[in-house]
Amino acid sequence: MDIPYIVDERPDTGLTNVKLGIWLFLASEVMLFGALFSSYVLLRLMAPEWPVGAEVLNVPMGTFNTAVLIGSSVTMVFAYASLQMDNLAGFKKFMGATIGLSLLFMVVKGFEYSHEFDIGNFPWTSTYLAIYFTMTGLHALHIIGGVVVNAYFLGPGSKLWETNKTQFTNRIEAAGLYWHFVDLVWIFLFPVLYLL
Amino acid sequence: MSDHVQHHIAVYKKVAASLAVLTALTVGVSYLDVTVPVAVTIALVIAATKGSLVLSFFMHLIEEKKPVPLSSRGGIGLIIGSLLICALFFLVIIFIPVMGHSDKVGTYFSLPNANAPTVETPAAH
Repeated sequence: MDIPYIVDERPDTGLTNVKLGIWLFLASEVMLFGALFSSYVLLRLMAPEWPVGAEVLNVPMGTFNTAVLIGSSVTMVFAYASLQMDNLAGFKKFMGATIGLSLLFMVVKGFEYSHEFDIGNFPWTSTYLAIYFTMTGLHALHIIGGVVVNAYFLGPGSKLWETNKTQFTNRIEAAGLYWHFVDLVWIFLFPVLYLL
Repeated sequence: MSDHVQHHIAVYKKVAASLAVLTALTVGVSYLDVTVPVAVTIALVIAATKGSLVLSFFMHLIEEKKPVPLSSRGGIGLIIGSLLICALFFLVIIFIPVMGHSDKVGTYFSLPNANAPTVETPAAH
C-alpha cells in the first residue's frame, strides 16, 4: 500500500505528509536539544567556577567549522533549487558539495576532539567538558545521520527522479529541512560553548 | 516556476552573505571586554538573528503561513502551530533551571537577628 499524500497536498492540512512529518520530527528534536541547553544553563548556574570556552577550545577551528556547516546549508538549498529547475546534474553537484563539507566538518571536529584528549581533557575531567562533549557529540551523530541520508539520495536514491520527479524533490526538501536544523543547532552551540 | 526559483536563489545568496558576516561579528564581539551577562546577551541576539535567517529562508518558514483550508476561521497552519507549541514547552524547559534555582521550599529560614544576643533577664532572687 502506498503512503498517501507524499506527492499531493492533503486537503485538510494543506501540506504533504512528508513535510508535516519532518517538521513534527524537528519539533521533537528541538525538545531534545532544548533539554540539553537547559542542562547547560543549570550546570553553569550551579557551578562554583566555569571556564571561558575560548581558553579551553580552539576558537579559529570552531569558527572555520561554523563557516563550513553554513556553507553546507547553502549548497543544500542550491541542490533543492536545482531539482526545482529540472536540473539533476546541478543537484548532484551541490549535493556532493554538501556531503563533502559535512565530512570536512567531521574531520575538523575529529582533530579538535583528539587535541582535547591529548592534553588530558576528557568528558569526566570537568562539568564544562562533560556538557561540551555531550552536546557536540550528539550534534556530530546528527551530522553522520544526515550524511548517510544525503549520500543515499546522491547515489541509489536518485533513481526515483526517473519515475517521480515531484516525490524525489519532496524528499530532498525534507532532507534539506533536517540539514538546516542541524546547522541551526550548531549556530547556537558555537557561541555557547566556544565564546561565552 | 523558474522565475520563482531564480528569485529564491538570489535570496539564498543574500542570506549566505549575511550569515558569514554575522559569524565574523559574533567572534569579533567575543573579544570585547564586557561583563558575562552583556556578552551572553550579545552572543544570543546574534545567534537568534542567524537562526531566524536559516529558519525563514533556508527552511522556507516565512512561506509556510498557509492556513488550514478546512478551518472556517483560517489559521496559522500546522507547521507554525506545532512549532509554537514546541516553543512554549521549550521556554518551560529553559526556565526549569531558574525555577530550581529560586526554589526555597524546604530551606530553613530564620530572621536576620535570630542569633542576636538576647537581653539577659535579671535573675530572680
